[in-house]
Amino acid sequence: MARTRRKRPNGQTIPAPEKITISLTVNGAPRELAVAPWVTLLDALRERLGLTGTKKGCDHGQCGACTVLVDGRRINSCMTFAVMQDGAKVTTVEGLARDGTLHPLQQAFIDHDAFQCGSCTSGQLCSAAGLIAEGRASTVEEIRELMSGNLCRCGAYPNIVAAIQQAMERQRS
Amino acid sequence: MINFQYARATDLADALRQIAAEPGAKFIAGGTNLIDLMKEDVERPPRLIDISRLPLREVEQTRHGGLLIGALVPNSDLAYHPLIERHYPLLASAILAGASAQLRNMASTGGNLLQRTRCYYFYDTATPCNKRTPGSGCAARYGVNRIHAILGTSDACIATHPSDMCVALAALDAQVHVAGPSGGRTLTFADLHRLPGTTPERDTNLAADEIITAVELPERGFAANYSYLKIRDRLSYAFALVSVAAALELEHGTIKEARLALGGVAHKPWRNVSAEAAMRGEPANRATFARAADAILRDAKGFAHNAFKIELARRAILRALSQAAAGTPQSQSVKKIR
Repeated sequence: MARTRRKRPNGQTIPAPEKITISLTVNGAPRELAVAPWVTLLDALRERLGLTGTKKGCDHGQCGACTVLVDGRRINSCMTFAVMQDGAKVTTVEGLARDGTLHPLQQAFIDHDAFQCGSCTSGQLCSAAGLIAEGRASTVEEIRELMSGNLCRCGAYPNIVAAIQQAMERQRS
Repeated sequence: MINFQYARATDLADALRQIAAEPGAKFIAGGTNLIDLMKEDVERPPRLIDISRLPLREVEQTRHGGLLIGALVPNSDLAYHPLIERHYPLLASAILAGASAQLRNMASTGGNLLQRTRCYYFYDTATPCNKRTPGSGCAARYGVNRIHAILGTSDACIATHPSDMCVALAALDAQVHVAGPSGGRTLTFADLHRLPGTTPERDTNLAADEIITAVELPERGFAANYSYLKIRDRLSYAFALVSVAAALELEHGTIKEARLALGGVAHKPWRNVSAEAAMRGEPANRATFARAADAILRDAKGFAHNAFKIELARRAILRALSQAAAGTPQSQSVKKIR
């Protein structure tokens, strides 16, 4: 991490901070880890907890591939530091299935062929789970607008919208 | 990203103590802008003071019939708050026109006000930028400046303010409550953000040791006749080339009160009270709206790639005011402009 040791413009160096111990509940399991302040939640999940289902796309909050649910709300895990989330309940794509049964959204994505390369899919799934929980979308236009934070470079959008619609309808019935 | 120290503020007084103790330290709340800028090496705070757990998350009614919005209310919670939806739909609409659902879940009310420009030269540390490195020059002025300002620019800086929410707050005459080492003060929304002048490194009139605690809305919400119209390069999840917050109070087709604010065109949300005054007492029709557009854009000046914004803004103003007058505000999900 040579970059973190670079001197500041005034020539001073900042003493390396102590790692900070935080507690997270990740996919229902309590996890404790010591992290430096600059470790994003995304990097903590992937590099420290081995949960590589959450993808690092742009690392700048522009693509949505890193979307996870924190205390039930969808956020970009690349745009928050892990230390800021101390005590939070985090759900990643690995936590969507229950007891070996796919989450209705995962099944709907398969039913509708809602992915090609799969790189955006875990973010799409977590984002869609957040969308359904928010209860603000019912029409195709509303789904498209409220899913606009998740880019799909393969262009599978029509199938993604269809899959989300199916999951919404199944949940309602 | 450069090394930094991290501490959590235990209360407001602790936050103020900590920010005063270390020059260059910054508050962090939602983090959606600051963390991005730290990754780009544009912001290099030696210490972050995490204020995200301070008790500033309430939306309360004021004695004057308005609302007091805590600085840490997330953008999404604010947009969907029943009192905002009912009494200030212009604000709800503007918030939902910005960013993505994920970012709105993270971003705070106070942080939205303090967003920095998305000028690509500000972000690119390999280029000169007076806002990032005072005195280094402006790469945008003679560079690629399609997204840049047409109003209130200076030789030093032609950057725009990126917020949608702030355009609505400007139109609604919001006030900004601030706490500092010597107590609290209140700024009008027009006084919060600055024009670039010779000091574009300063976005706002806040001191480095002050903190936004709340945003106050006056009683008048223009809930019947408003529209927020945002024009951008894609239909969603993009910053405005031009945006218009339009709000009218009508009496038998005559304009009793008018508000008009523009986004994407200046270093701050752009309002011109004489353009609004010229609409008062006039019929709510295209001729009146055209005069208002001419007035607010009178001093607009384009650069090599953004002169199109002047005509775009004029048309967007006419459309947004017409939508407001008709009581048919722009939908933020069905993007067809009617």
